[in-house]
Amino acid sequence: MRAYLNGNEAVATAVRLARAEVVAAYPITPQSTIVEKIAEYIADGSMAADYIRVESEHAALAACYGAAVTGTRVFTATSSQGLAYMFEMLHYVSGCRVPLVMAVTNRGLAAPWTIWADHQDAIACRDTGWIQLYVETAQEALDTCLQAYKIAAHPEVLTPVMVCLDGYVLSHTEEIVDVPDQEAVDVFLPPYRPEYAVDPARPIVFGIGAGPELYPAFKHYQHQAMLRAREIIEDVDREFAALFGRSYGGLVDPYYCDGAEVVLVLMGATAGTAREVVDDLRRRGEQVGLLRLRSFRPFPVAALRSVLAGTKVVAVLDRDCSFGYEGVLATEIKAALQGANVPGTPEVAGFTGGLGGSDIRPEDLAGIFRRCLEAVRRRDRGESPAVSGGCSENGKAEGINLWLS
Amino acid sequence: MLKEDELKKGPNLYTPFLGTTTGSWRLLRPVLDRARCNNCLACWLFCPEGCFEREERAVTLNLDFCKGCGICVAECPRQALALVEEGSDDARLLER
Repeated sequence: MRAYLNGNEAVATAVRLARAEVVAAYPITPQSTIVEKIAEYIADGSMAADYIRVESEHAALAACYGAAVTGTRVFTATSSQGLAYMFEMLHYVSGCRVPLVMAVTNRGLAAPWTIWADHQDAIACRDTGWIQLYVETAQEALDTCLQAYKIAAHPEVLTPVMVCLDGYVLSHTEEIVDVPDQEAVDVFLPPYRPEYAVDPARPIVFGIGAGPELYPAFKHYQHQAMLRAREIIEDVDREFAALFGRSYGGLVDPYYCDGAEVVLVLMGATAGTAREVVDDLRRRGEQVGLLRLRSFRPFPVAALRSVLAGTKVVAVLDRDCSFGYEGVLATEIKAALQGANVPGTPEVAGFTGGLGGSDIRPEDLAGIFRRCLEAVRRRDRGESPAVSGGCSENGKAEGINLWLS
Repeated sequence: MLKEDELKKGPNLYTPFLGTTTGSWRLLRPVLDRARCNNCLACWLFCPEGCFEREERAVTLNLDFCKGCGICVAECPRQALALVEEGSDDARLLER
């Protein structure tokens, strides 16, 4: 069935189709309409779930954690300050290997106070042990939530998943979404039956205390599970494609990267704009491509290396900033390519932009490509190839809304 | 030590899992005067760590998880329990 849905409605629809049994969340813009829609589904009887009202995001995730360890399929959603408030519980959930699914409607962090999109909230939770999948469209938000339940609960993964969607740009923007049939989703996602759960007849302690002789072993296997998730994410995407006819590339989503001299790497909805810019530049004969990173954690090092190895300049656009260094994704791409240890490793030029909902316009992305192509020409002439600063076509926003990091 | 397949599923274990004891964190140790104990079980009821065992005539203590909080001493209606400082002369005398 085709429906006209925004990103948040698409997420709520996925949660209904996944037959989530417990939902606990605290309202926060721009996430609120996800759980408001779920509350409507529960109220009108189209979803059989318990909705737990809580006093904070910390309590919301704690309630979901408690519900999940009884063997129920659970959902929550948050954003920005709410995600920051969950920080402690994020580690409990991932450390106890509870396969929760949470939508994060990405929004910048205060101060200054903002409600608009960037990735700083989720990026700041990079090392919480959660899988982070960033989506480009409302359709992908729906499909990825369904995939996320399968990935998280895979017996070799047992790791919670954040489905990250850009605030407003996706959360509040309608598009035509193909809503899968319940019967098909039931085939893809059978009822959640964990190997073990809280059972008064056989008491179990979740999150034991572990001394130095035991703690590292749990962390070692948690890390191994996250690395294993790279294959599972790809497998699940393939399985989803076979059933529903849609695939997102699993870990990475390359667009015209074969033979490209310059590839732009980014996450989230900006990819939609970037595809148009790539199309336009390709029509003018420029060898440019786009690599949308879908899985930020686990970080798909091998997939990135294989796509980016033959390029001359890799531009990275971060909607986040590690203050005092650079955009986080830029650092990670550099590290991934450095480790490849192949001759002719491309130059990586990191740009930070789109913070706090500032627009990333086609001309901004065209400006990034232009700077990088100029660097390629210099490199071809045997000159220093370094990408120079400033990237706005009209110069208006140069250095303020978008900068070379 | 736990097996690999247990470690892989996370730090969630069937009770009783008592692999990590916390008694060494204790600075004060409860000691029982068995002659004064009338087995009322107030200590057994109030101890937050379950350190008291019920026996026929008087309780006994297992201090593997006792942090020396002193709740048992405060609750004992017959002053049968007292706290001594770990490593003190009093504690050493009791160990003889």
